[in-house]
Amino acid sequence: MEQIQHLLHWFTLHIEMVYIVILSIFLGIEVIGRVPSVLHTPLMSGANAIHGVVIIGAIIVMGRVDAGNYLALGIGFLAVVLGTLNVVGGFVVTDRMLEMFKKKKTAAKN
Amino acid sequence: MGFSLLTIAYLIGSLTFIIGLKMLSHPESARKGNLVAAFGMTISIFATIFLYRDEDGHKLHNYVWIFGGLVVGTIIGFIAAKKVKMTSMPEMVSLFNGMGGACAMLISILEFKHITDHALVWESVSNLPGFMLISGDVNHLHMLIIVVGMVIGSVSFAGSMIAWGKLNGKIKDVNYNGQTYVNLALLIGLVSLCAWYILKTPINGSVAGIIGFTMTDGTVAHYGMVPSQIYLFYGIIALALVYGVMFVLPIGGADMPVVISLLNSLTGMAAAFGGFLYGNQVMLTGGILVGAAGTLLTLLMCKAMNRSLQNVLLGAFGSNNAKAADGAKDQGNYKEISISDAATVMAYANRVMIVPGYGLAVAQAQHTCHELEKLLEEKGVEVKYAIHPVAGRMPGHMNVLLAEADVSYEKLLEMEEANDVFKNTDVVLILGANDVVNPAAKNDPSSPIYGMPILEVETAKTVIVNKRSMKPGYAGIENDLFFAPKTSMLFGDAKAALQKLVTEIKSL
Repeated sequence: MEQIQHLLHWFTLHIEMVYIVILSIFLGIEVIGRVPSVLHTPLMSGANAIHGVVIIGAIIVMGRVDAGNYLALGIGFLAVVLGTLNVVGGFVVTDRMLEMFKKKKTAAKN
Repeated sequence: MGFSLLTIAYLIGSLTFIIGLKMLSHPESARKGNLVAAFGMTISIFATIFLYRDEDGHKLHNYVWIFGGLVVGTIIGFIAAKKVKMTSMPEMVSLFNGMGGACAMLISILEFKHITDHALVWESVSNLPGFMLISGDVNHLHMLIIVVGMVIGSVSFAGSMIAWGKLNGKIKDVNYNGQTYVNLALLIGLVSLCAWYILKTPINGSVAGIIGFTMTDGTVAHYGMVPSQIYLFYGIIALALVYGVMFVLPIGGADMPVVISLLNSLTGMAAAFGGFLYGNQVMLTGGILVGAAGTLLTLLMCKAMNRSLQNVLLGAFGSNNAKAADGAKDQGNYKEISISDAATVMAYANRVMIVPGYGLAVAQAQHTCHELEKLLEEKGVEVKYAIHPVAGRMPGHMNVLLAEADVSYEKLLEMEEANDVFKNTDVVLILGANDVVNPAAKNDPSSPIYGMPILEVETAKTVIVNKRSMKPGYAGIENDLFFAPKTSMLFGDAKAALQKLVTEIKSL
């Protein structure tokens, strides 16, 4: 029952985060509700770049590792590299995909 | 002061993610939306580096390592994303998604290592050998966040790597009897192991008679761990990675975009667990937004293919049965056409419609296809492309593919438009498309794809189908079109067949 106590305690302490989660779920569903099917792939790619926000966790954990702990430093470094790959690669790939759609629009006008 | 600036930076970050996603779902604003989200991400990252303070007000250190990682990641990510061919975009997305999952996994590992590295070994407990006290900040809930984030990240990482390998053809589909049950057992095993682990870890110090010991980090320890729990943690990682691999292995290459979208929302959730771990609002908003939007997007993609998610994920299992049942009842006669006959028919037609499908993408035949189109136009034949919304099973796949080969957008007809034109078309050339032209979707209520709108190619005068073999398409259902009297089959790889057609028409 110790665990349940923890849970209740945590809820009271982090009620603000619980609100964020609940509202974000509905917002996430609402925001892309009417996306046309041609945009499914770029949207997936854009969302992919956004979850690269996990990089912030990698930076925090890296910034707290003891300077002499090389194994931990190595793992943290790898985490930062992978997270950056996710962010940078994700946004650049999405931009390239959407470039194609822009071409379509101008071509149709001509 | 520094702390409140950070909060504002995170607020901006969260807002740009919401606005960016919103803009990404409209064609006119999509590209700008992507940039808006990227801008918010940059602010959040740099604000974290310079303004973050931990609970005791300490700044981050190891700046050299952090910036080193950022620079290396940026260079590799930028070059990889710029160099990749338009046709390989989905696999690139999958690869980047896997990187995010791996990042979440490594964060959890580091957090766990941080706990064990700072633990204090307490040898004197006889019934719990190797008992060690851990920092007072850690409790069951803390463990839950670490373990769940790690498991989701690992599954997403392993799954994305397999999806990546499948899309670039390095990994083949693996199917065996009872696979669904093996995977289900693995999943249940993984979930119950995690639940058990979280309930048992850490151990209340009172079991060992230790309560309220002051640790070197100043916190008061109430909990401890034993070495076997440390090994088990790494065991759970291994199991999660295995599950990620097994989960994606049986799913056909054509369904990968749906799977990638699903893994994408998983990585979002893993990022959100990171947000819980650090009480970080921008990670939480970004992660949950992507988790929710990604789940909806996955369902929308399934809907566009007129299939259920369950059917996609367990499809490999079902399709074996469907194949066996249908194969027996439905073997008609089909006729083949030679390259020279096909070339002649097309060169002397008034209007030719090309129906591209997944086979064209796999064979990378878009340039040869464009060449054929130009050649026929020179001969006075009107050439158009009929694009099914889910041709290639990835929305917009064919548009992107043909745009890469410089095919003019005026030549691409959407489904409704194309269906009107088919009636006055002499030759329809189908390049590696199958289910999107299967009349069963219209005529056969028992068919799994019944109700999906299709390209009604059978209204044209002649249909030439280029396929590698008579094997059924992904959905595992026979296509009556191939046995229709006006249909002829042109077997072979799309690129090779098109090249031969081009040579043949040139020599006419």
